[in-house]
Amino acid sequence: MDTPGWRISGGSPLRDRLPRVATVARVIPETSKVTTFVLDAAIKARPGQFLMVWLPGVNEKPFSIVCPDPLTITVANVGNFTAALHRLVPGERLWYRGALGRGFRLSGRDILLVAGGYGAAPLHFLALAARDSGMAVRVALGARAQEDLLFPGRFAGLGCRVWTCTEDGSFGESGLVTDLLQSLADQHRPGSVYACGPQAMLQAVAGICEARGIPYQVSMERYMRCGMGLCGSCAVAGRRVCRDGPVFSRLPPGS
Amino acid sequence: MSRLDLSVTICGVLLKNPFVLASGILGTGAAILERVARSGAGAVTAKSYGPGPRAGYPNPTVLDWGSGLINAVGLPNPGVEVGVGELLETKERLRPLGVPLIASFFADTVKGYGEVARTIAQAGPDLLEINISCPNVEDEFGQPFAADPRAAAQVTLEVKRATSLPAIVKLSPNVADIKAIARAVEQAGADAISAINTLGPGMVIDIEAGRPILAHRVGGISGPAIRPIAVRCVYDICSAVSIPVIGIGGVLRGQDAVEMIMAGASAVGIGSAVYYRGPGVFKRLEVELSTYMEAHGYARLADFRGVALEG
Ligand SMILES: Cc1cc2nc3c(=O)[nH]c(=O)nc-3n(C[C@H](O)[C@H](O)[C@H](O)COP(=O)(O)OP(=O)(O)OC[C@H]3O[C@@H](n4cnc5c(N)ncnc54)[C@H](O)[C@@H]3O)c2cc1C
Ligand SMILES: Cc1cc2nc3c(=O)[nH]c(=O)nc-3n(C[C@H](O)[C@H](O)[C@H](O)COP(=O)(O)O)c2cc1C
Ligand code: FES
Repeated sequence: MDTPGWRISGGSPLRDRLPRVATVARVIPETSKVTTFVLDAAIKARPGQFLMVWLPGVNEKPFSIVCPDPLTITVANVGNFTAALHRLVPGERLWYRGALGRGFRLSGRDILLVAGGYGAAPLHFLALAARDSGMAVRVALGARAQEDLLFPGRFAGLGCRVWTCTEDGSFGESGLVTDLLQSLADQHRPGSVYACGPQAMLQAVAGICEARGIPYQVSMERYMRCGMGLCGSCAVAGRRVCRDGPVFSRLPPGS
Repeated sequence: MSRLDLSVTICGVLLKNPFVLASGILGTGAAILERVARSGAGAVTAKSYGPGPRAGYPNPTVLDWGSGLINAVGLPNPGVEVGVGELLETKERLRPLGVPLIASFFADTVKGYGEVARTIAQAGPDLLEINISCPNVEDEFGQPFAADPRAAAQVTLEVKRATSLPAIVKLSPNVADIKAIARAVEQAGADAISAINTLGPGMVIDIEAGRPILAHRVGGISGPAIRPIAVRCVYDICSAVSIPVIGIGGVLRGQDAVEMIMAGASAVGIGSAVYYRGPGVFKRLEVELSTYMEAHGYARLADFRGVALEG
């Protein structure tokens, strides 16, 4: 399905890809800045794919799929749109387009997930899928401080082995999640590494994995407009993050 | 297939095939334009640059409403001063590939068009495309320049005075008499015409939200829905002028391109098809066009260009 909407059969019903409405069923506070929204909807999606979430009169922005059924997103409050999302209460509605983009490809018997900040969001969906296919999943979670750690309990609940670290040393190891990756990679040599987080973290992950010959996939973020591979707003080194990504099996050069 | 010649020369610039990436599609930077060139485009058009930086409209900006797309992106661009650098790098990357670069631009006054043209010409693009037809660009009377033959001609004249580069004028379908506009810009010195820009404006309302989905409320329609209008516009223009025409609008398949060429187009713009069929669309269009030509015994595009205009 890499050519959306490409149909030439006569008489088929018109199929648009306009936003669909969903009602917020549950609102779960995760950390002081991060909230999870469980919707009364379910979609077909692959881990790593994302939604364009629309709030009429506000804006439309990309968010990773945390769980496809019930459809769930987890949102860090960092600006105007995410603040508006955080004001939603159960019973209120939002709209979404998607699932969009190219997700993770699962491979290897034991995998290591590396999450910085809300990067844990798409990796949660990946952990769900990995568990269903019987893989051993290790998770390295990093955050500034203990109260910012996202999903340690959820990953443990899925049967993953979880390591945590905080920059201020308030919980788990002290330091960056990439330090944790380095020692885990040397101790366990995972079959594959999957990472999502800030660009600098992804760059470090790529360096560590390439130096050790470990295959890796990273989920990237760029400012998006169309979300459907047409406008070029999200282009990095000639690739469209919204359509060729957001998951890349190596970091695009110069990104 | 080797005996087929898909090349076309427009204003002295050679395209190895007639498929031109349309403006505003993927054309945000040198690397992505190089990718499109490598995936088989005959020429590429960069996004439209204006006199100064523009943020564009908030999202939603582009939607698939079923039979086509609607967009109101709002011409986001860093301004022509920054644009020159981007275009220089693009030109550098395209040169070894033999794929010409078309630089598109807009302004909000007639004089402004001349100034932006002078600046953008420093990047040395192969061709200029004057965007007088974006629904978001209006003259002081609230009309796009493309809506009035006099305004369209003034802009063309001003640009031709400012630079010696060949200039394509991009026309809007949203006019009563597109032939009159085409004749006016030809007389003012336009070297070619591209048509059409998006149709409309249109509107899509979400019936749950009870409001237009696009943040700008209205937007231009593109894709399969507009093809018959685009073909008619190209046909009308080609029957009125003798400068070359780049036919744009709803071309998804090689067969659609044949239709444009039969209406008189010298080259064919590709926009929304990049969404429907991906950036690989250029190679596929070339195969489909070649297949058609072989089956009909055509060796060159000129063998069937404009046949629909005769008789
Ligand atoms: C594929 C993808 C998946 C994502 N998944 C999630 C997710 O699961 N959860 C989540 O919380 N967020 C996710 N995001 C990020 C989310 O889309 C943004 O946080 C959101 O768009 C911020 O909108 P805002 O209006 O609240 O903040 P904004 O007002 O846009 O500002 C947010 C921050 O970004 C900066 N910023 C804004 N625009 C730009 C720009 N063009 N260039 C550089 N910096 C800029 C601002 O200065 C500010 O620090 C994802 C993004 C992508 C691309
Ligand atoms: C998202 C989008 C952005 C566009 N931006 C521009 C632009 O900046 N300048 C311009 O001249 N035309 C712009 N256009 C119009 C296209 O170049 C083209 O004329 C139109 O879409 C019809 O062709 P199509 O049906 O093949 O898409 C844009 C179209 C779309 C869909
Ligand atoms: S956001 Fe438009 S191409 Fe990716």
